[in-house]
Amino acid sequence: AESAGFGLGRPALEVEVAAWDIDIRPDGQGLPAGSGDVWTGEEVYVENCAMCHGDFGEAVGRWPVLAGGWDTLERQDPVKTIGSYWPYLSTVYDYINRAMPFGNAQSLEPDEIYAITAYLLYLNNIVEDDFELSNETFLDVEMPNADGFFPDDRADTELVAFSGEVCMERCKDSVEITMRAAVLDVTPDSEDGAATEAV
Amino acid sequence: MVIQVKGAKPSRRNFLKAAAAAPLAAAAGSRAFAQDADPAIVNKQPWNQYLGDGVDARPYGMPSKFESDVVRRDVPWLTADPVSSVNFTPLHELDGIITPNGLCFERHHAGIAEVDPAEHRLMINGLVDNPVVFTMEDLMRFPRENHVYFLECAANSGMEWAGAQLNGCQYTHGMIHNVMYTGVPLRLILAEAGVKTSGKWILPEGADASGMTRSIPMEKAMDDCLVAFKMNGEALRPEQGYPVRLVVPGWEGNMWVKWLRRIEVGDQPWHHREETSKYTDLLENGQARRFTWEMDAKSVITNPSPQAPITHGPGSTVLTGVAWSGRGSIPRVDVTIDGGMTWHQARMSGPSMDKSMHRFYYEFDWDGSPLLLQSRAHDSTGYVQPTKNMLRKVRGENSIYHNNGIQTWYVTEEGTAENVEIS
Repeated sequence: AESAGFGLGRPALEVEVAAWDIDIRPDGQGLPAGSGDVWTGEEVYVENCAMCHGDFGEAVGRWPVLAGGWDTLERQDPVKTIGSYWPYLSTVYDYINRAMPFGNAQSLEPDEIYAITAYLLYLNNIVEDDFELSNETFLDVEMPNADGFFPDDRADTELVAFSGEVCMERCKDSVEITMRAAVLDVTPDSEDGAATEAV
Repeated sequence: MVIQVKGAKPSRRNFLKAAAAAPLAAAAGSRAFAQDADPAIVNKQPWNQYLGDGVDARPYGMPSKFESDVVRRDVPWLTADPVSSVNFTPLHELDGIITPNGLCFERHHAGIAEVDPAEHRLMINGLVDNPVVFTMEDLMRFPRENHVYFLECAANSGMEWAGAQLNGCQYTHGMIHNVMYTGVPLRLILAEAGVKTSGKWILPEGADASGMTRSIPMEKAMDDCLVAFKMNGEALRPEQGYPVRLVVPGWEGNMWVKWLRRIEVGDQPWHHREETSKYTDLLENGQARRFTWEMDAKSVITNPSPQAPITHGPGSTVLTGVAWSGRGSIPRVDVTIDGGMTWHQARMSGPSMDKSMHRFYYEFDWDGSPLLLQSRAHDSTGYVQPTKNMLRKVRGENSIYHNNGIQTWYVTEEGTAENVEIS
């Protein structure tokens, strides 16, 4: 179709689109040719990722946990990892490729990312240790929590229920304080040197 | 009013801080004759006598040095690292509805990208007739619009799902700002590339090292999204996406991609990290909502609040706060000072715009007894801000995002205020 616009901008060259268009979709669209196995992945992972995410995806300090947490989503303290929570493998490849390692993004080659992804699948008990991931085997992998998501349903479950008349007078007989932030005392203040309360 | 206090007493440190604020209260009350002449009146002050700075001293002005407490603050224990982290707008120090640019909260995933506008490009590709590249100069030649919108982080108040945790509305509600954006309607930019009829979704992408991406349905892209380059009249601040960001009115802040460098058009969503691992809302049954885009109606009393106690003692007292809704405007806010036994309609003041902050006031004569303050926003769809318990009943305590439950402040006889939950 003809541009109905203002004649602004210029055509994007194919090589320019290729340089920036790196996104991957669940159906595999965008995956580059390449492959990597679990044991190669362990080597690449230990060199590039383990200092923050731990040798086995268990995480160092407060950095994200990448493996484990199976069957914790209904618990009080769910552990949401690639294996326990993420619905699509494509997201693992895409995110490592675009944003990791933290501080040196977009530094890994496709084969390295396939290998790290294979190792993360192994750490999450999704594949055996002889598994090789490639753009051709990618769609064969089933993620455990693929069916764990549903579209926003607030329109049905909340919006109508939370609309309507409200009480203005004599709404209850008494009021009780059930929880206090001062008891927990985790708000930064001048003694932490991080922030000062105005009090 | 009967207020029963359960559980442990506040820490000694907090008690001492409260006591320090109390002496001012003794001087308050009805108007009294001064015993001694006020030195602020009878003594000459330096600014009465001596010359101040000239007009060349402050080419870009900053607030008075007496306002040095009015700053963004962070909570170091919330995140692993200050680079992928968040800080908080000092809502308790602000009034009206516009957030000053230097105080707008920040949320980065790979730090503040310092982008040279001369080297910045915006590419449109995917299911379009003509993949196209724009420079900043090109973007400035499209027709512009001005709109005031709030930007609220999906995780605002997220630390409060399991109960009262952080003491101050800056921390509990400060992942929000409200500014006037100047920008180009996204539909005009997409039209330049020519969206194919199969194009149902867009994927905006940032130029920073997190390569931020989100999937947005075409209806929203064509409706009210802006590609913005000014906030409150001046260029975007680097921490807000200079030189250009996406504005997605009413929707969770994560989707407002900063340092916008590319928009791909596709026929289905991408399910990227920020819409699968993050920004999905886990419910009690282990299932998670995805694509929870709209920010529901919400409000908070900014004064009094834990960082802004009552220091004047009993008598005329101004209660004020802000309210907003991602689904429209806020025609009404109710407030209570007795924990919800009795409610009063607050007085709205200032402009009322769709998907923007609204300012409310309630003036009352404080008798010096303890108060339990709450505000309850009504939006233009008829939705009324729920209590935290109403939300927990539907969602449990692990959904992290989208906590728009009613906030309670407990004000003591001394005028200090605390973040609490009540029955």
